[in-house]
Amino acid sequence: MVPLSWYIVLSAIVFSIGMFGFLVRRNLIIIFLSIELMLNAVNISLVAFSHYLQSINGQILVFFVITVAAAEAAIGLAILIAFYRNKPTVEADEINLLKG
Amino acid sequence: MVNLYNIRLLSPEIILVMVALMLLLLDLMVRRKEIIAYAGLAGVFISAYVNFRLVALGWSDTSLVGMFMFDGYANFFKLIFYINLALTILISLRYTVIERGALGAYYSLLFFATAGMMLMAGATDLITLYMGLELMALSTYVLAGIIRKELRSSEAAIKYFFLGAFSSAILLYGISLSYGLTGSTNLKEIAAALYKLNLIDNPITVLGLIFFIVAFGFKIALVPFHMWAPDVYEGAPTPVTAFMSIGPKAAGFAVMGRVLFEAFGSLQAEWSYILMVLAVLTMATGSIIALAQTNIKRMLAYSSIAHAGYALLGIIAGTDGGLSSMMNYMFIYIFMNIGAFAIVIMLRSEGVKGENLEDYAGLAKSHPVTSALMLVFMFSLAGIPPTAGFIAKFYVFVEAVRADNVTLVVIAVLFSMVSAFFYLRVVVYMYMKEPKEEAVVTTSVPMSIALAITTVMILFIGVYPFYLLSFVKQSILG
Repeated sequence: MVPLSWYIVLSAIVFSIGMFGFLVRRNLIIIFLSIELMLNAVNISLVAFSHYLQSINGQILVFFVITVAAAEAAIGLAILIAFYRNKPTVEADEINLLKG
Repeated sequence: MVNLYNIRLLSPEIILVMVALMLLLLDLMVRRKEIIAYAGLAGVFISAYVNFRLVALGWSDTSLVGMFMFDGYANFFKLIFYINLALTILISLRYTVIERGALGAYYSLLFFATAGMMLMAGATDLITLYMGLELMALSTYVLAGIIRKELRSSEAAIKYFFLGAFSSAILLYGISLSYGLTGSTNLKEIAAALYKLNLIDNPITVLGLIFFIVAFGFKIALVPFHMWAPDVYEGAPTPVTAFMSIGPKAAGFAVMGRVLFEAFGSLQAEWSYILMVLAVLTMATGSIIALAQTNIKRMLAYSSIAHAGYALLGIIAGTDGGLSSMMNYMFIYIFMNIGAFAIVIMLRSEGVKGENLEDYAGLAKSHPVTSALMLVFMFSLAGIPPTAGFIAKFYVFVEAVRADNVTLVVIAVLFSMVSAFFYLRVVVYMYMKEPKEEAVVTTSVPMSIALAITTVMILFIGVYPFYLLSFVKQSILG
C-alpha cells in the first residue's frame, strides 16, 4: 500500500506547480488552468487524508470542491469572454487600464 | 441521527435564495424595471422579519448536523448584511437606469451574494464556510463585471476573479492541512483535537493557520493581499463597489473571528503576532497611498483598506471585548461607506463620470445639501466626533489598549491622522474651491431615503453610542 506521506508530497508538489504557474505565467487561460491545478492538488490530499483517517468528511468536501470548480470555470470563462469582446487579448500584461 | 427539524434555523437564507430566483423570473415578466428593486426590498424585509422571529423565540442552536450555528454573533452580522443589501438596492435604482445593466440578474446576484455571506457568518464547519464563501465570491465576480459593454468593468471582474479564485485555493489547502491533522472539519472539534493530540506546537498547524489568514486577508483586503482592491473598486459599477466594500469585508471578518477564536484559540500568540504585522502594513499602505489618489472611488478603496486595518485591532486584542469592538466597527462602517458612495453615484449622470476630485470643486455653492452630507460622511470616515466613525475607532483602540497593545494603538492613531488629510481634502474641494463647471446632481426618492438613513444613523450613533454598544454586547453573549 502506498503510504500517506507520498500522497501529501504529491499534493504539495502539484499545489506548488499551480501556484508557480499562477504567479509566473502571463496568459490568462494558463493562469486559469494553474488555479484548477491548485484545487485538484487539494482534492488529492483531502481524499488521501479521508482514507487514512477513515472519516468521510474529506471526501464530501472533495465533491463540493469539484462542483464549485465547475461553477468557477463557467463564471471565469464567461468573464473572460466578456472582456475579450471589449479588448481582444488574453495577455495579463495588457490588462492595464486600471492602475495607480 | 440526522435532525432535519432545525433546518428552520436556515429559513432566512432559504428565503433570500428563493427571492433571488423569483427576481430572475420577474425580470422576464415586468416592463417597468423598478418593480424588481421594490420586490427585492420586500424580500429583504420578509427574510429579516423571519430571522427576527427566530431570534425572538430565543433559539441559539446548530443546524445541518452541527455545521451551521444560529447565535447572536451570526445574527449581528446578518443584520449588517441585511442593511447593506437594502441600502445597496436603494442606491442602485437611479444608477441602473443610467448604466442600463442587466437588471434582473443584477438584483438576484446581490441576493445570492448576501445569502452566501449569511452562510459564512453562521458557519461552524469548514465545509459550510467554504460553500458560503464561494457563493458570495462567485456572485460578486459577476457583479463587478455586470456592465458587459464597458472595458473597465470587465477588467475589474477579471482581476477580482483571478485573485479571488487564487485565494480560495489557498483557503482549501489550509482546510485540507487542518483536516489532515485533526481529523475533523468542525471548528469546535478542531480546537479539541489540537489540544488533545498536542498539535499546538506543530509547524504544520501553524502553516495551516497561515493559509487561513492569507485567504481571509484576500477577502478583507489586508496588505500585502490588497492588490486587487483599488482596481476592482474603481472599475466596478459604483453601487457594486459600495456593496462589496462592506459585505465581503464584514463576512471575512465574521469568519476570521469565528475560525481564529473557536478553532485556533490555543494558537492566539501566533495569530495575533501575524495579524499585528499585517495590521500595521495595512494601515500604513491604505492611508499613505490614498494621499496620492485623484479618483474618488480609488481613494475610498484605499480608505477601506485602512479601515480593515483598524478593525483588525479588535481581533488582535483576542478578547470578547475586542471582538465586539470589531463588530461595532463593521456596523458603523456600513453607514459611512454606503453614504459616501451614494454621493459619488449622485454625481454620476448621463455622460458625466463624476469620479474625479475636481468634479467636487465648489459643490457647496451649487448643491449645499449634498455637500453637507458628504461632509458628514468624510468626517465620520476620518473619525471626527460627534460622528459614529469616532465611536468605532475609539472602542477598537480602547480594547486594544486593554489587551496591552499600546504601541499598535499609537501607530493606528498616527495613521488615522494621516488619513484625515485625504478625507478633509474632499471637504476643501467642496467648500473652498471655485467651481469649474456646473455640477449635475441626479437625485431620486430611494436615494434620498438611503442618504437620510445613513446620515441619521451616523449622527445618532455618534451622539448616543450606548444603544449600539449594549446591543453588540448582548449579541456576543447570546
